[in-house]
Amino acid sequence: MFIYYLQLALHSLKRSPALTALMIIIMAIGVAASMTTYAVFRAVSGDPLPDKSAQLFVPQIDNAGPQNNAARNHLPDALTYIDAMALMRAKAAAHQTAIYPVVGNVIPNAGLQQRAFAVNGYATSADFFSMFEVPFQYGHGWDGAGDEQRANDIAISRRLNQRLFAGANSIGRTLNLDGHGYRIVGVVDDWNLQPRFFDVNNGFSFGEAPDYYLPFTRAIDLHIASNGNNNCSASAKPVAPGWDGWLQSECVWVSLWVQLPDAVSIQRYQRFLSDYAAEQQRSGRFQWASNVRLFDLNAWLDHEGVVPPETRVSLLVAAGFLLVCLVNTVGLLLAKIMRRAGDIGVRRALGASRRHVYGQFLAEAAAIGVAGGLLGLLLTAIGMHGTTLLFEPGVAKLARLTAGLVGLTVLLAVLATVLAGLYPAWRAARVQPSWQLKSQ
Amino acid sequence: MQIRPIVSALWHHKGGTVLIVLQIALTLAIVCNALFIIHARVNRLSRPSGVEEASVLVIQNQWLGERTPTQLQALMASDLDTLRQVPGVVDAYASNAYPLGDSGWSKGVRYSVDQRSPASSTAIYFADEHTLATLGLKLVAGRNFHADEIGDMGARDSLLPRVIIITRALADRLFPKDDAVGKRICVGVAPPSTIIGVVERMQTWIGSYSNAWMEQSTLVPFHLLSGGMIYVVRTQPGMTERIASTGPQALLAANPLRVIGQGDVKTYTQIRAIAYRKDRGMAILMGVICAVLLATTAAGIVGLTSFWVGQRRRQIGVRRALGATQADILGYFCTENLLISVGGVLLGTVLALLLNALLVDRFEMQRLSLDYVIAGVVALVLLGQSAVLVPAWRASRLSPVEATRVM
Repeated sequence: MFIYYLQLALHSLKRSPALTALMIIIMAIGVAASMTTYAVFRAVSGDPLPDKSAQLFVPQIDNAGPQNNAARNHLPDALTYIDAMALMRAKAAAHQTAIYPVVGNVIPNAGLQQRAFAVNGYATSADFFSMFEVPFQYGHGWDGAGDEQRANDIAISRRLNQRLFAGANSIGRTLNLDGHGYRIVGVVDDWNLQPRFFDVNNGFSFGEAPDYYLPFTRAIDLHIASNGNNNCSASAKPVAPGWDGWLQSECVWVSLWVQLPDAVSIQRYQRFLSDYAAEQQRSGRFQWASNVRLFDLNAWLDHEGVVPPETRVSLLVAAGFLLVCLVNTVGLLLAKIMRRAGDIGVRRALGASRRHVYGQFLAEAAAIGVAGGLLGLLLTAIGMHGTTLLFEPGVAKLARLTAGLVGLTVLLAVLATVLAGLYPAWRAARVQPSWQLKSQ
Repeated sequence: MQIRPIVSALWHHKGGTVLIVLQIALTLAIVCNALFIIHARVNRLSRPSGVEEASVLVIQNQWLGERTPTQLQALMASDLDTLRQVPGVVDAYASNAYPLGDSGWSKGVRYSVDQRSPASSTAIYFADEHTLATLGLKLVAGRNFHADEIGDMGARDSLLPRVIIITRALADRLFPKDDAVGKRICVGVAPPSTIIGVVERMQTWIGSYSNAWMEQSTLVPFHLLSGGMIYVVRTQPGMTERIASTGPQALLAANPLRVIGQGDVKTYTQIRAIAYRKDRGMAILMGVICAVLLATTAAGIVGLTSFWVGQRRRQIGVRRALGATQADILGYFCTENLLISVGGVLLGTVLALLLNALLVDRFEMQRLSLDYVIAGVVALVLLGQSAVLVPAWRASRLSPVEATRVM
C-alpha cells in the first residue's frame, strides 16, 4: 500500500514540477539554516567533561570589597596569588590545581635548522592531569613531589612532540623554552576540551590544543608572567614594584579548580572557604564580611557567558525561519492538493476510503520532506563552511557534519513536511465525492 | 469596490487565509528584528577608530630569552631606528596595545587619590612623541608629548605618569563643561597626572568588557620595557602591504634573536576585519535570512492566490459575463490580498514586539524602534501586492466564455 502511495505521490509531484521544486527548496533552506546554527550552538554549549563536571568546582573570593563589585555582586573571576597559594596549601579538597596561561618560545636544537616559534601552555599543578582526565601518549604528568620541589619538568602536546621530535618517545629529553631547559616527562595525547572551562575567565574558551604544561611553582620561580588577564582594580595603592611586589599584591590572575566528589565534601569546602575569607577580615586584610562562592563546572561556564550571544540569536532566528517555511509549505501543499479535488472525488467514488486518501497525501508530503532533507543536507554542508563568516575561527571549526547531524537533518525535514501535510491531507480526505463529480 | 463579498469569500477559504496571515505575521516579526540587528551591527562596525587605517600596520615582537631593562631599552630604540629606515616607512613607535586590537590595559580614572570608586574607565596606551603622527590622531586641544617627557617603565612597575593625553570622549565624560587641558586626574591609583592634550578620537581595544567606554582612551608617556612589544608603523600611502613583509625582514636581519610569528604582522584592514568579524557575519546572516524569508513569503502568496484563481474560474467568468471589467477582477484580488496583508501585519506587529522583548530580555539587545516595524509593514504590504499581481492579472484576462465553459 505504501509503495502505491509513493507511486501516486511521485506521479502527482511530476504533474506540477515548479510547485514541487519550490516546496523542496524552501524546506531545504529552512532545514539547512536551522541545522547549521544548531551545530554551532551544540558545539559551544556542550559539557566538556560530562562524567566529571559535577565534581569540579571554582572557588571565588571577594578581595575587592563591596564598593568595587557592586554590579550584581560579581566577584573577581580569578584569585590573587596569595589566596590561590593559601587554598593550595590547605588541601581542603580531594584534589586541587592552580592554573594560569603562559606563552613561551621554543628554541629548537641547533641541528633542526628551525627558527624559534611561540607556543601556548599552562602553568599548573600535578593534580591537573588526573582532575581533567588528561590522556598521555608517552609518560605522564609530574607528581605532587614535583610541585613541592619546583621541578624542572614539562609535559608537551602530541603536536609539539611531532614538530620537535618527529613523534618519537621524547621522555627524558630536553625542551628549550625561552633559554631554559626543561625535562620532558610526558607527551599528552590529543586533548582539547571545548569549551576550555579552566581558562574561560581569560577569554580562551575555544581554540587549538595547548602545547605544553609546566609546574606552577617552577613558573613562578622563573618569573613567567600570565598570558591572561591581570586585574589590579582591587588594590587601593600602587602595586609594589618588581615580581615579588606583584605576587603579594591584590591583583587577581590565578585560576583555581578543586575536585569535590560528594555533597558532604562540597559543604565542607564551602565552609572552609567562608572561614578563610573571615580569617582575612579578622587579620585586617579585608574590610568587609566574608563573601565567597563556589561554582560547579557548568554553572561556571554559564556565569562566564561562554556561549557567544550570536549563536543563541542566530539559532532563534533560524528556528523562526523554519517555522515560516513550515507554514508556507502547508499553504502550498493545500493549494496543490485542493487543485486536485476532482481526482480525489474520483478515487473516493471508486472505493478509496478517507484513510487511503489521507495516507496518499501524507506520503506525498513525506516524499517532499525526503527530497528537502537531502537538498538541505547539501546546503548544511555548505553552511558549515559559512560559519567562519559568523563566528570566530575557533568556534566555527567546532561545527562539523557528524553522522548524528546528517540523520537529524533528514529526520527534521521529513517530520516538518509530514507535519505540514497533516492539514491539507485532512482537507483532502473530507472532499465530497458526489459534489466533485457533479461539478465536473 | 465592495468589501463584503471579499470577506465572505475569504471566510469560505478560512484555512488558506489563516495560513497566509500567519506567514505574513511571522515574516514581519522576524524581518523587523533582523533589520534592527543589521542596523545595530553595521553601526558598530562603521565606528571610526581615529586611526589613519589605510596606512598603518602593527608588528608584534617577542625577544628570546631574558633581557635586562637596559638591554630592552636599547633594543627597542634600535628597532625603531631600523623600522624608520625601511623605504616607505613614515614613522613608528612602540606600545602595549593598539585600537581595535584584541587585548590591552585599562584603568579606572579618579578626580582625586582618595575618591573611592573611579569616575570612569579608560584604556591605557603607551606612547611617545611619535604616536600622534604614526596613528594620524588629530589633536583638538593642548599639545603633543615632548621627547624629554618620555620615560621608561618596567613590566612590573607601577604606572605613574606626570602628564597624559586623553581622548575627547574621556575629556567630555570627566569635564563636561570645562576645557580638560591643564586639569589633573588620577590614573588608577597613581598620584594626579596633568592632561596636556586632547585627541579627537582613539578607540579602545575590542571586547565586551571595553564596550561601555569605547572611545575613552589615555596615552601615557612611557616606553614599556617588556619582552613582548608591539611596533606600530605608519607607511606612505599604498605601501602597507609591502612593508608588512619588508618591515619584519629588516627587524630579523638586524637581530634574529626574536619571534615574529605568522599572525604577528597585521595591517589595519586585517585588524578591522578580525575585530568586527562577528558583527559583519551577523549582519550578513540576518540580511540573507531576510531576503530568503521575503522571497519565501512572496512565493507562498503567489502559490495560494494562483490556486484560488484556478478554483474561482467559473465565478470570475460569471462576474465578467454580468459586466465586470478586467480592472474589477484585478481590483478584487488586490483588495483581497490587502485585507489579508493588513491582518497579517497587525498580528505581525504584536509578534515583532514580543520577539524583541525576548531578545531584549535574554540578549541585552535594545528596544525595537517603531521605524523598523513601519518599514517592515510597508515592505510586506508592497510585497503582497506585487506577489498577487501576476495571478490576479491572469484572472482578469480570463474570457467570460472560456471561464464558464464546462471543463
